[in-house]
Amino acid sequence: MTGVWIALAALALALAFGGYRRLTDGRARKVRTAPALDAARLGAPLGSQATFVQFSATVCAPCRATHHVLSQVVADTDGVRHVDINAETRLDLVEEFGITRTPTVLLLDADGVIRNRIVGAARTSDVLNALQQVDRAVAA
Amino acid sequence: MPHPNPAPTGPGLIDPRGPRFGAAITSVLLTVVLILGPGSVPGLILLLVQTLAFASGSLLGLQAQPWGLIYRRLVRPRLGAPAELEASEPPQFAQSVGLVFAVAGLAGWVFNLALLFWLSIGFALVAALLNTLFDFCLGCELYLLGKRLAAKPAIGQADGAQS
Repeated sequence: MTGVWIALAALALALAFGGYRRLTDGRARKVRTAPALDAARLGAPLGSQATFVQFSATVCAPCRATHHVLSQVVADTDGVRHVDINAETRLDLVEEFGITRTPTVLLLDADGVIRNRIVGAARTSDVLNALQQVDRAVAA
Repeated sequence: MPHPNPAPTGPGLIDPRGPRFGAAITSVLLTVVLILGPGSVPGLILLLVQTLAFASGSLLGLQAQPWGLIYRRLVRPRLGAPAELEASEPPQFAQSVGLVFAVAGLAGWVFNLALLFWLSIGFALVAALLNTLFDFCLGCELYLLGKRLAAKPAIGQADGAQS
């Protein structure tokens, strides 16, 4: 009988965790501690208005979807850049910003200050909302 | 005339529905193993089968994983082409994670450590269910964490660098 209870507990745990992830994944969250990242450390120029820094893994299906979403948004907006980093090659940044999962996207404002963080497959609506708050040109 | 739904090609790319299908079989087997419990010989046989499946997926590659073979032989031909292909490394890594839990569960059975058996098989079932129900790959999430740990000096440094 113990086994039945453990199997049910495993099912409950999987449903709770999976459901929680489904609700929260890909949401843009405000970063209040406001650490910054400059072009030198990023290894790529920043956008004049905003920059999406995406941490990907060679091996991550939602990273591709996120890359696609961000490429589309960047193509439609002036002054916004998208930098896709292979997390394995930049473990220094991974450690510094406490990246635990791929994809994780950091949204930098014009000064390189991290304003938003999106963990999990990014949702287009959240990306656009976050960008509007950061990018004055878009907001205007 | 070309096949309307060509099977995935390209180095290391797989149909992502394959691992998910395999996870469903794994979920069923592990549930039965749990219900039979430690001490059940049929349960041990099922657990051995699942352990060998994990071992072949982990050590030989996904093309040798028996549930993946069933998918490609019997299920894949009935479905349309996958919307997107996926790299094979994360699911293969997940097979290794499953293998560790399955071997721990076997040890629990063999050495009569019921708690080890329940915990190992229970967690393996959680991971398999997450994969089946949500297409969520626990092993894939652990991949980056594993890389981070591997990149650190083996001894001494505590993980205190979180922001």
